[in-house]
Amino acid sequence: MTLADPQPQALQFDCETGNYHTFCPISCVAWLYQKIEDSFFLVVGTKTCGYFLQNAMGVMIFAEPRYAMAELEEGDISAQLNDYEELKRLCLQIKRDRNPSVIVWIGTCTTEIIKMDMEGIAPKLEAEIGIPIVVARANGLDYAFTQGEDTVLAAMAQRCPTSAQVSSEAEKTERNAIQKLLTFGQKKEEAKAAEETEYVNHDPLVLFGSLPDPVVTQLTLELKKQGIKVSGWLPSKRYTELPVVDEGYYVAGVNPFLSRTATTLMRRRKTKLIGAPFPIGPDGTRAWIEKICSVLGVEPKGLEERETKIWESLEDYLQLIRGKSVFFMGDNLLEVSLARFLIRCGMTCPEIGIPYMDKRYQQAELALLEKTCQEMGVAMPKIVEKPDNYNQIQRIYDVQPDLVITGMAHANPLEARGINTKWSVEFTFAQIHGFSNARDILELVTRPLRRNEALKGLGWEKLVKDEAPV
Amino acid sequence: MKLAYWMYAGPAHIGTLRVASSFKNVHAIMHAPLGDDYFNVMRSMLERDRNFTPVTASVVDRNVLARGSQEKVVDNITRKDREEHPDLIVLTPTCTSSILQEDLQNFVERASLDAKSDVLLADVNHYRVNELQAADRTLHQIVEFYTEKARKKGELPTDKTPEPSVNILGISTLAFHNNHDCTELKRLMKDLGITVNAVIPDGASVHELKNLSRAWFNIAPYRELGPMTAQYLEQTFGMPCIDITPMGVVETARFIRAVQKLLNDRGVAVDYEEFIDEQTRFVSQAAWFSRSIDCQNLTGKKAVVYGDATHAAAITKILAREMGIHVVWAGTFCKYDEAWFRNEVSEYCDEILITDDHTVVGDAVARVEPAAIFGTQMERHVGKRLNIPCGVISAPIHVQNFPIGYKPMLGYEGTNQLVDLIYNSFTLGMEDHLLEIFGGHDTKEVITKGLSSDSEMNWSKDGLAELNKIPGFVRGKVKRNTEKFARDRGLSEITAEVLYAAKEAVGA
Repeated sequence: MTLADPQPQALQFDCETGNYHTFCPISCVAWLYQKIEDSFFLVVGTKTCGYFLQNAMGVMIFAEPRYAMAELEEGDISAQLNDYEELKRLCLQIKRDRNPSVIVWIGTCTTEIIKMDMEGIAPKLEAEIGIPIVVARANGLDYAFTQGEDTVLAAMAQRCPTSAQVSSEAEKTERNAIQKLLTFGQKKEEAKAAEETEYVNHDPLVLFGSLPDPVVTQLTLELKKQGIKVSGWLPSKRYTELPVVDEGYYVAGVNPFLSRTATTLMRRRKTKLIGAPFPIGPDGTRAWIEKICSVLGVEPKGLEERETKIWESLEDYLQLIRGKSVFFMGDNLLEVSLARFLIRCGMTCPEIGIPYMDKRYQQAELALLEKTCQEMGVAMPKIVEKPDNYNQIQRIYDVQPDLVITGMAHANPLEARGINTKWSVEFTFAQIHGFSNARDILELVTRPLRRNEALKGLGWEKLVKDEAPV
Repeated sequence: MKLAYWMYAGPAHIGTLRVASSFKNVHAIMHAPLGDDYFNVMRSMLERDRNFTPVTASVVDRNVLARGSQEKVVDNITRKDREEHPDLIVLTPTCTSSILQEDLQNFVERASLDAKSDVLLADVNHYRVNELQAADRTLHQIVEFYTEKARKKGELPTDKTPEPSVNILGISTLAFHNNHDCTELKRLMKDLGITVNAVIPDGASVHELKNLSRAWFNIAPYRELGPMTAQYLEQTFGMPCIDITPMGVVETARFIRAVQKLLNDRGVAVDYEEFIDEQTRFVSQAAWFSRSIDCQNLTGKKAVVYGDATHAAAITKILAREMGIHVVWAGTFCKYDEAWFRNEVSEYCDEILITDDHTVVGDAVARVEPAAIFGTQMERHVGKRLNIPCGVISAPIHVQNFPIGYKPMLGYEGTNQLVDLIYNSFTLGMEDHLLEIFGGHDTKEVITKGLSSDSEMNWSKDGLAELNKIPGFVRGKVKRNTEKFARDRGLSEITAEVLYAAKEAVGA
């Protein structure tokens, strides 16, 4: 090694001012109400919250969503109105019109500031109207974007039954919807027999994180190939199907922003967390499965071949991005996993902005990132927690990255200055987990590069006038 | 508390931000929690803005909650002053900061000591005013601030421009077709021999504001943004304001005649009658269109109109007065401007609907079953579900309502655009007839259930067959009328005979 070697030996962490753009965490209702089919999400907040949801969710608003605002008025703020009575009135209306199996109250900045006792009101009202009420404080004072899901799942984790509570056979079947899905079409005895031979005997495993159903099936099948049985998934398709969680169960997260949920499952439900990299990209997926296998005492088989096959199938995309640089401005906490995957794809990454970095929950992911950088022989990225967008844009001007992954507030202005961008939000809504969805990530990442290939030679990359020097 | 899924007008700070960021070199700093800077996304996405939106947040987080903003707001203001050298920084409260009740005015005063730029606190109450009212106030506030500042410095000009001139008030970012309207208004003023002294707030520099009083008069084409400033300028400088919206042939002529009277009163002899006549008959196609066979086919067709006060009122008048269309109801979500709206449209529609509840609007559409809807993006979706065409005439709007092509709503080119919009919204006249004569060209089964009908009536095979012969766009209505007819008479099955009996009974 020469003295001039620029590569730092460990990841660098930095923390800036927190002046960055991201979505409000209440946006989690957008995907959670669709995921949990029998739920109703009630966002207790102001017009500002409503305006954000209405604009951020675009067309979904018009599809009679199972969410609504409980819009606070001046009387609520000044406590002229009684919170309990007001919430009761609205929840009865929701019960009458939609009859959901659970109402999720999303606390906002306003309910925090006026100290509305939502956790106190919920159990009383729940008893009175006969519908479970789950309270999640997904506010912009404390959290960013995807962390909203974390607060909801952490609250739901408390509602998962124990096996002692699930007594009847009928309910057991209901709570085992994933297995039913996988053994669909088989006779009961056949299925049971098949199960015994297919699965290794291991402690029960529950996975957490909201993913589209096809991805749930894919990841569950991926583990099944290793003989690992997924006993349940938090959240399930329906609130009534929340998985059984007993003391001593193993749990594993599928997304990097679920640290509160992980903490709740460990501390309150006495489960054991499998700390693994996240199944994003073929490298991540393989590492995730291997870690689960090793904890459960299973010898993983065929993973290397599987990963190699996936990488081979990505070659056309890899050619487009090899040697190019990517800059994450940071807004959804998927950044570390995505950067790790893209570095493995052959990209370099000067900076990973991230709203919040839980070094314990993301430990395995960070270790894999470090290992990936070493193996690929690239410089370690700087991880900037609570970034400052203004400073970041100055750094972007300096390093001129080939691609900036950023929120929609900055995308068009950067494009106009000749800098390629990809909207970060798309990674939250696209299917990016598991072996088979690696292609989808690259489809997103390479899109601006492919578009530019198509427009090459037109000569109008920079579309703003030079500003006069000050 | 109010259960709400959709709102027509945004929260107050959006209005303030729209005005502040419309000006050139004005920066807004929101006192807001993380995630409240969604305005930047809208500017960047809906308007496809090439530049960074001059709005940042002074983030309210847990620490601020515990200890107050303290130096944070002041630091953020002075920092932005150093970084971007704006002329003005507008500190914008949000609903969150309203409840915190911090002394933001004090922060503004402290920051002004260090900052080179001017610093203002937007004076809006989140729980009392909406986006539109806040925008109107903020514009007034900024104009007043710079007028007073110039007065104190003795820089306020006292003369008028030598030639007749005008200020155009109320053109702003994220508003419905505003940029095209502005171009059209400037063109119209040029045709009338009037120079444009200033356009505010869009693209204006705050340094121009002291010169507003040099114009001979103001125009405030939109009810929602501009009137407060116009009133202030009238009180302070005695400047008259023309608040007629030049939308549609008749209103544009009325607008021009108002300008003519104003100039004549001030000793400038102008006669615009020939111009109006030429434009009306030969430049604008709208007058000719209303005489053409196409428009004849629209006679008496039912329409409903809903939107902000300006656009809903103007479109109602155009439909009823210029095209002979039957406006069953016209409505607005500008509840605070109800009296004006009623006064404007009462003679042009059967009913007036003042509400900001989209379900009330949706039900009113379903009840009337018009041939076309003119409304906001929400009504477009109601129309989709009811299979009724809809032309979007007002915010709230989506990215497709920020067209790149030239599509003003105001002035003579505006009348052309409106003809296209209205005509294309109705099913084409001849197609309509042919479909009726030949029983329609779609043979799909009736599977849609209307918003207003929740019944499961029993249709016989021949009844269904007859129903399917009815053109798609009126089929839902015929179906519902027939079912109502059958229900009223206690008929258990709807046959072809019942269908025709119902048709005769209600004239469906």
